[in-house]
Amino acid sequence: MTELRNISCREIIHTVKNLFIKANTSLTDDVRAALCRARQDETSPLGQYVLDQILENEVLANRTQTPVCQDTGIAIVFLELGQDVHITGGNLYGAVSEGVRLAYADGYLRKSLCDPLSRTNTTDNLPPVIYTDVVSGNHLKIVAMPKGGGSENMSGTAMLLPADGCEGIKKYIVDRVKTAGPNPCPPIIVGAGIGGTMEQAALLAKKALLRPVGLPNPNDERLRRLEEETLAEINKTGIGPQGYGGCVTALAVQIDMRPCHIAGLPVSVAIQCHAARHQEALL
Amino acid sequence: MEQVITIKTPLTGDVCKSLHAGDRVFLTGAVYSARDTAHHRMMEAIREGNPLPFPLQGETIFYAGPTPARPGMPIGAIGPTTSSRMDPYTPELLERGLKGMIGKGMRSSAVREAINRYCGVYFGAVGGIAALLTQCVQAATWVAYQDLGPEGIMRLQVLNFPLIVINDCHGGDLYRDRRLPDEAMANNERRLL
Repeated sequence: MTELRNISCREIIHTVKNLFIKANTSLTDDVRAALCRARQDETSPLGQYVLDQILENEVLANRTQTPVCQDTGIAIVFLELGQDVHITGGNLYGAVSEGVRLAYADGYLRKSLCDPLSRTNTTDNLPPVIYTDVVSGNHLKIVAMPKGGGSENMSGTAMLLPADGCEGIKKYIVDRVKTAGPNPCPPIIVGAGIGGTMEQAALLAKKALLRPVGLPNPNDERLRRLEEETLAEINKTGIGPQGYGGCVTALAVQIDMRPCHIAGLPVSVAIQCHAARHQEALL
Repeated sequence: MEQVITIKTPLTGDVCKSLHAGDRVFLTGAVYSARDTAHHRMMEAIREGNPLPFPLQGETIFYAGPTPARPGMPIGAIGPTTSSRMDPYTPELLERGLKGMIGKGMRSSAVREAINRYCGVYFGAVGGIAALLTQCVQAATWVAYQDLGPEGIMRLQVLNFPLIVINDCHGGDLYRDRRLPDEAMANNERRLL
């Protein structure tokens, strides 16, 4: 049991704002390193040319504080809230929203959300998508993930049969990547969630993208093998950087798993473009 | 790598005929940004017999929605969006004189046929390198649909914009040449309205 601790909405607003601006104008070290490895591994000249541009772009984005990609995304926020935290000066989700609003307004980021039917822009990139885990302790961890629409469009979920097993899972993931082709801006990172329910598999897949790129599943040898085998299959498709052909279609496959109902085998695939942007802070 | 070809907009039939899938190109001149909802509105204008926001003859559309410009800058970050979402609208625009398209990803068979029939060209720009591409944009002015925010139509003056020819008017197709999976081709056909 930790001591009760106050965290102010002001601090949350400020933190969320800075995280989204930073996430949009830089890549994390693990993503940069994975792209450098990809450049070494890629054998197609056109693929090498694309990867050179991607690496040059990141340096430039940092230096000029320009977004890495014009699609600065729908704002996804993962919160890990210690149960001994007391939020002061307002409402937690209201503060997260305000931080997102300020990031997209003051950071000159694109407002990419609209009414699904009328297609009228919401003009402030609100509302964000917020997921909260309540945990022990008195801290608040905030992860900001601006998610682009092109790669999100290529993601999917399937309710497989228990009989499909490991091979069925692998086939579904590889098929998603083949179907996506050049659309999600390869080289991609593939997050996969196995088990739980339909919506939990999707959330597991999305959260798997937050793992440092290329770090194998830390908990389960079977998943480590599945990640490795699936990545090898994906890189045999020949899609390559930007779909111009090559041997680096994905930088990594990252899988997480939970128990599911005896009747089912939910599998979800979250596809992330090479501009894999996320930043976190601990309050 | 092959030599880079330098071309200027507006595009003529002869320029389009000189381009082949896989060619690297530096494009200079005016292009128009337009994506999902802008295309929807242009089709509405055509159906209702109203004039289009800009004359299509010889012009090039860039499937893009930029970030807002910082003070003193012509534009924010800009780069291509997935072209296949515009496939349902594209053959009609090519028929009405559109020549060039800039985006990313595959086109439907209907679009590829229209590119051959009306002698157009589809260029690929690399996605996710917007900080780099924005350096090629010298000026940007509003043309129409400003209420759509990033989806509005802007006239962009570009200099040596780096592109690769994906579909040429001779039936050439970079993705087919690179043997992309059949599943990817089928996916785009399914998305046709």
